[in-house]
Amino acid sequence: MGELIQELNELAAEIRLETLRIIASFGNGHIGGCMSIADALAVLYGDVMNYDPADPKKKDRDWCVLSKGHAGPALYAALGLKGYFPVKSAYHLNEFNSQFPSHTDRTLTPGVDLTTGSLGQGISEAAGAALGNRLQGIDSYIYVLVGDGEADEGEVWEAAQFAAHYKLDHLIALVDENGRQLDGTVEEVMSHGKGLHAKFEAFGWNVIEVADGNNTAEIRDALLKAKQESGSPTALILHTVKGKGVSIVEASGVHSAKPTPEEWKIMLEAAERKLADVRSRKGGIK
Amino acid sequence: MYTLAALNKTDTRQNCDAYQDAMISLMKENHGIVHIDCDLMNCIHTERLKNAFPDRVFNAGIAEENAMGVASGMAATGLVPFVHTFGVFASRRILDQAYLSSGLSCLPVHVIGSDPGITAAFNGATHMTFEDCGIYMTIPNAVVLDPADYAQTFALTKKLADVPELSYMRLIRRTFKPVYEDGSDFEIGKGVLLKKGTDAVIIASGIMVCNALEAQAKLQGEGISVSVIDMHTWKPLDEELVLQEAVRTGCAVTAENHQIDCGLGSAVANLLIGKYPVPLERIGNHCRYGKAGPQDLLEKDYQMTADDIIAAVHKAIVRKQG
Repeated sequence: MGELIQELNELAAEIRLETLRIIASFGNGHIGGCMSIADALAVLYGDVMNYDPADPKKKDRDWCVLSKGHAGPALYAALGLKGYFPVKSAYHLNEFNSQFPSHTDRTLTPGVDLTTGSLGQGISEAAGAALGNRLQGIDSYIYVLVGDGEADEGEVWEAAQFAAHYKLDHLIALVDENGRQLDGTVEEVMSHGKGLHAKFEAFGWNVIEVADGNNTAEIRDALLKAKQESGSPTALILHTVKGKGVSIVEASGVHSAKPTPEEWKIMLEAAERKLADVRSRKGGIK
Repeated sequence: MYTLAALNKTDTRQNCDAYQDAMISLMKENHGIVHIDCDLMNCIHTERLKNAFPDRVFNAGIAEENAMGVASGMAATGLVPFVHTFGVFASRRILDQAYLSSGLSCLPVHVIGSDPGITAAFNGATHMTFEDCGIYMTIPNAVVLDPADYAQTFALTKKLADVPELSYMRLIRRTFKPVYEDGSDFEIGKGVLLKKGTDAVIIASGIMVCNALEAQAKLQGEGISVSVIDMHTWKPLDEELVLQEAVRTGCAVTAENHQIDCGLGSAVANLLIGKYPVPLERIGNHCRYGKAGPQDLLEKDYQMTADDIIAAVHKAIVRKQG
């Protein structure tokens, strides 16, 4: 177990570094919302999901739907590191005719299962994929990453009631509760009443709290629990930190960051050091 | 191939059953086809479909945005989803989902919008859409259809299953006068030249095809010879047929149950202005909101009767001669 968690932590550190490199290729982007889900992506692509980079559309694959589509660079980092394409090819974010727009597009990037970016749409699409697969007897899971700001959208709750009504127990939402949205904190901009846990529960979902949503072991435990559930979809409430691991963005909490060249240098070097640090622990955890 | 119904023929069937008949036939042939409704199954008799295929007909409740997203996700797994709600919601309310989840994503979903234009009658302004087709025509590659009657609704629904793009089809719900005999066949993107004349061409679709044919008969009595095209497909427009008749007759009149500024009349105007400018008169809603009332009075109020078409033909011919 220790070895696996070590591997996942290493993958998370790699995803953070590559995400920064991808965003740096353009100069600015949604660093905060990418960093908060890096650990969840590491667990999904490093352990939990069934997929084949050589056959991205294979019928019985598990799907990963980035409903918070603006975190595209983090997904590209994960897909690149896992062999869907050379990760360096994603160092062309938003370039003219690039395969890597900052919001994910299924027609452009291998491994991107659904097109997202207009918030709220991804979770509906994911529910449809879960229903479509079930109808065809395909026993795969659909993992959908939803933002806490995104959960302002009415469509999220239309999808939530649909998924519960149709008992889509192979739909698992990872709710990135980083507490911030574009104009400020979620509390300031648009609070969630009795909270996202209570809301999903009221809509008929199983809900699992992940106290540290940037801890790979906790995320993994929650995902394995979610897969045991039957009869309803499950939402993991990941309590995360926007910008996790990138001190400048953690401190500011901004949605779309435009760092100076000096700040880029500091961020990239810190991410490299962090990766080297995680790697140096290899074998140290039992 | 098609056969015109006699002018005085009536139909006792409700037009929405043409959709159900076609879907029952399609779903027997193609196991990937599914239907998603938004709590309006009873309005278009989807319970027939539900009884025949209980596992492949889904109610998404009164939540149209999600229904469109779900359909797109199902399409991503290889299924062929049809989604129904009233035309107002199928267009205005879910444009972003249609545009992105289906259109941009290259995940074909076939959207059925019922109660187009004045056929919403007593449901009134909130439920009466005169811009639904226009909204879908803004989506790249979307296919937009406005069938005229039972036989055409049946034939075009069956053709939709093979359309590899997002599509939008209007669906008249109630009993409606037949234009064609059952068994008539139509091709998406190909208009039907119902009458061939020399003085003007009337390009109509949906409920306006009947009015266009009535206008043609009356005009013939006056010694005016007009072509009539049933343009059931608005997008892609059958440009070849429009140009052929515009060149031959020298002036055109469009007739639609829709706003003229974003529908069939504007599509024809866009074509003619670029390729062959001739006088064009447009019959339809002149940018007004809907309102409640019986369909025949609404038809008069929005100036969509056969007599309105006749007046427009006269005007077009005068302009041509001027």
